[in-house]
Amino acid sequence: MTMDEIDRTILNRLQTAFPVCDRPYAKVAADMGIGEEELLQRLQCMLEEGVLSRFGPLFNASAMGGGLTLCAMAVPPEQFETVAREVNSYPEVAHNYERDHEFNMWFVLATEIPQRIDEVLAEIEQKTGIAVYNMPKEEEFFVGLRFDV
Amino acid sequence: MVLTEKDYRLIAAIQDGLPLVNHPYAEVGAQLGMSEDEVIHRLDQMLKEGIINRFGVVVRHRELGYRANAMVVWDVPDERLEEIGALLGSQPQVTLCYQRARHLPQWPYNLYCMVHGRRREAVRGTVRRLVNDLGLEEIPHQLLFSKRRFKQRGGHYR
Repeated sequence: MTMDEIDRTILNRLQTAFPVCDRPYAKVAADMGIGEEELLQRLQCMLEEGVLSRFGPLFNASAMGGGLTLCAMAVPPEQFETVAREVNSYPEVAHNYERDHEFNMWFVLATEIPQRIDEVLAEIEQKTGIAVYNMPKEEEFFVGLRFDV
Repeated sequence: MVLTEKDYRLIAAIQDGLPLVNHPYAEVGAQLGMSEDEVIHRLDQMLKEGIINRFGVVVRHRELGYRANAMVVWDVPDERLEEIGALLGSQPQVTLCYQRARHLPQWPYNLYCMVHGRRREAVRGTVRRLVNDLGLEEIPHQLLFSKRRFKQRGGHYR
């Protein structure tokens, strides 16, 4: 898909805040000088094209009382695919990246209750025979993941 | 704020995205037997309380040409963690900055940040400039470039 200036403006605008009011799309569209229908259509198109993975709220599992952590594994390359399938089969795994390092698998676990973190990690270790390093966040210096597009 | 059963149902209803319709909160409410006003009020509370970090788009940065992303990990002496964490976290090139537990001896790194770019070389250059400009030559660091992404979505609840 080719994105034009308006698409870029939409993405940049919506990455920071979205109104919680009765006609949020109309409000954002008016701010940008386009129509509500045009905004909805463009968002739909970007979702279908995969530029956006979703549009909506990002929940903070720890503020909800849930568990959230980053985990790393050093997976032997020949086992990587099998281990990836095992790890990704957990709905609690929010995302999983293969990285260029001896610690080559990095995934985020988000669970409804904190105790579930240890259960999932123990299960993965047991099924794969590979140590899982639990690296919970201790302090946050910045959280505004943004992209200028 | 104590989340009620209703809140959890609301969270479950929108965790994969908000409907793209004129009255999205009314549509969500209709599925749950809640009024539009009630949905708006509860979401507003969740934003204020930090249960919702942010409301907006989740951009798949790879599709936008940000194909290189490095997790940059630093082994920062404990006594300098606050200073260097705040410093790195305030740089516009850095999109996330966290302190995480070390796992000695295999993993000495305790400060993590993300740097994105269109190509790996650009990301390496950005990190080199950060090191020089901020005087971090003495702080051991590594760049872990991502090779593949398997999943990317918000956390799932209920």
